[in-house]
Amino acid sequence: MEILFWLLPIPLFFLFGLRLPLLTEIAILALFALSLDLILGYAGIVSLGHAAFFGLGAYTAGLLAVHGWGEPITGLLAAGAVATAAGFVSSFLVLRGSDLTRLMVTLAISMMLLEAANRLAWLTGGADGLYGVTMWPIFGIFEFDLYGHTAYWYSVIVLFISFVALRAIVNSPFGLALRGVKGNPLRMRAIGAPVNRHLVKAFTIGAGFAGIAGGLLAQATQFVSLDVLAFHRSAEALLVLVIGGSGAVYGGILGAAAFRVLQEWLSGITPQYWQFWLGAGLIVLVLFARGGLIGLWRALVRRLHRTRDEEAR
Amino acid sequence: MCRVLTVLLDGIAYGMLLFILACGLSVTLGLMNFVNLAHGAFAMAGGYVTVVLVNGYGVPFLLCLPIAFLVAAAIGLLLERTLYRRLYGANHLDQVLFSIGLVFMAMAGVDYFMGARQQLITLPDFLRGQFHLAEGASIGVYRLFIIVICAVLAVVLQLILSRTRFGSRLRAAVDDGEVARGLGINVGTVFAMTFAVGSGLAGLGGALGIEVLGLDPSFPIRFMIYFLIVVVVGGTSSIAGPFLASLILGIGDVAGKYYIPGFGSFMIYTMMVVILVLRPHGLFATRGTS
Repeated sequence: MEILFWLLPIPLFFLFGLRLPLLTEIAILALFALSLDLILGYAGIVSLGHAAFFGLGAYTAGLLAVHGWGEPITGLLAAGAVATAAGFVSSFLVLRGSDLTRLMVTLAISMMLLEAANRLAWLTGGADGLYGVTMWPIFGIFEFDLYGHTAYWYSVIVLFISFVALRAIVNSPFGLALRGVKGNPLRMRAIGAPVNRHLVKAFTIGAGFAGIAGGLLAQATQFVSLDVLAFHRSAEALLVLVIGGSGAVYGGILGAAAFRVLQEWLSGITPQYWQFWLGAGLIVLVLFARGGLIGLWRALVRRLHRTRDEEAR
Repeated sequence: MCRVLTVLLDGIAYGMLLFILACGLSVTLGLMNFVNLAHGAFAMAGGYVTVVLVNGYGVPFLLCLPIAFLVAAAIGLLLERTLYRRLYGANHLDQVLFSIGLVFMAMAGVDYFMGARQQLITLPDFLRGQFHLAEGASIGVYRLFIIVICAVLAVVLQLILSRTRFGSRLRAAVDDGEVARGLGINVGTVFAMTFAVGSGLAGLGGALGIEVLGLDPSFPIRFMIYFLIVVVVGGTSSIAGPFLASLILGIGDVAGKYYIPGFGSFMIYTMMVVILVLRPHGLFATRGTS
């Protein structure tokens, strides 16, 4: 089942050869959502400013390439490293106080970065965006082509590697401890778990992967705009998790695919007003289908099992 | 010196406006513990009602203000009864997602009917011009008007909360819903009324703010953080907390933009992060907000 899922990019490559940029975007969005899921779905920290780390990664990778270091993989690692560092520092601000305080502090951090990127136009290009991102070939062999073939495979492979890493993290004892913290922080503290250290760790790792996702976007599209730090990007990641289901590793990927396809379809029908339907869908999901696609899938599997059990009897 | 006075008065007008816009949220978010990020959408509704009435039908501006209040209150009441009510007990994430959904719908809807451009209205003559206080120091008549209206409203709100039967019912319902229900207070109705009045005040603020804050479809998101700051920094123990927080925020923002333009809205975010890190439950709070 899982192998089949990860083989999907191959037929998709041949079926939608002309829509590869869209598929690349889905992979990047999926990675971004996965990184948020570690923070939200596993650690239970509600963040409205996850785009801060995405944007930091994007600008790091973009600026490196503009200033003469276009090697993609080290660029990506640098993007992750910068975002990780920022995540570590800001986690101490974020983890104080209640849900509401966390919401506001994360939001404020991303707004401050957005404002900074806007003001530092000599560095980031400001509202015009960062042009002149030229990437060297990956491993010196695969050049980024006009059709987006390389960008596609590159994004899918980075997504896969990050996915494996994130899954290993959530299934490790640390991941279990996180779920414990989310479920009942008081009790976790009582049995001697270092709750705050776990949360700091989760926030830092999540920020790092968001940075990698941002770096990936910068390298794949060879352009960075202020948009990478905007509020709607943080909201989008939340949405993806709601659609897909949070606290489940495949939720982010399914959600990202569903979200981008929906967005593409809706903006085809009503260009510029697709946000309306997005909002309507969000409200319906919250009111009626709180597990997302993964939740529906699990309910379906459970029902199948039940009928099979009954037949066996 | 005179410059300082002008900036100060502008800041006060701005802060008063923020108070009227956000005081409804300080009840829903602070007291009822509902993270309503869509509060700005009600303000936007009031603003657009005013624009349509003034520009389209030639209704006098002063008459539009109560209409903006009523329309926003009606929308608030409707949404509270149909949707918000279901999420009172839900976790914060669900409330956040739900209200972001509302914001998206409101923004796209307004964009569809009114277009994305900035809306302007012509103020009546007697609200235009400058009012000279001393040599060099002056304040726009309209800003003075805002200060007066908002100050009156703040006093009225405080009186309603502390002196009327409805006020004591609201405080009872918020302090302990179960017991209030047991005493025969219809908590659902009290919350619905409060929500409607809060939305209405936001609508009024939106109408008053067209000149000062600007009005376009991105309004709910642009000012969301300001409203949240007022509530979180001000705490919820009384009207005075949010009121002072609004004034500090307004003066800080105007002064920041005036004296250190390069620093822009950093001022606000820095102030907020610092306050929240030092006092996670607000500057004036006597108890936690969640």
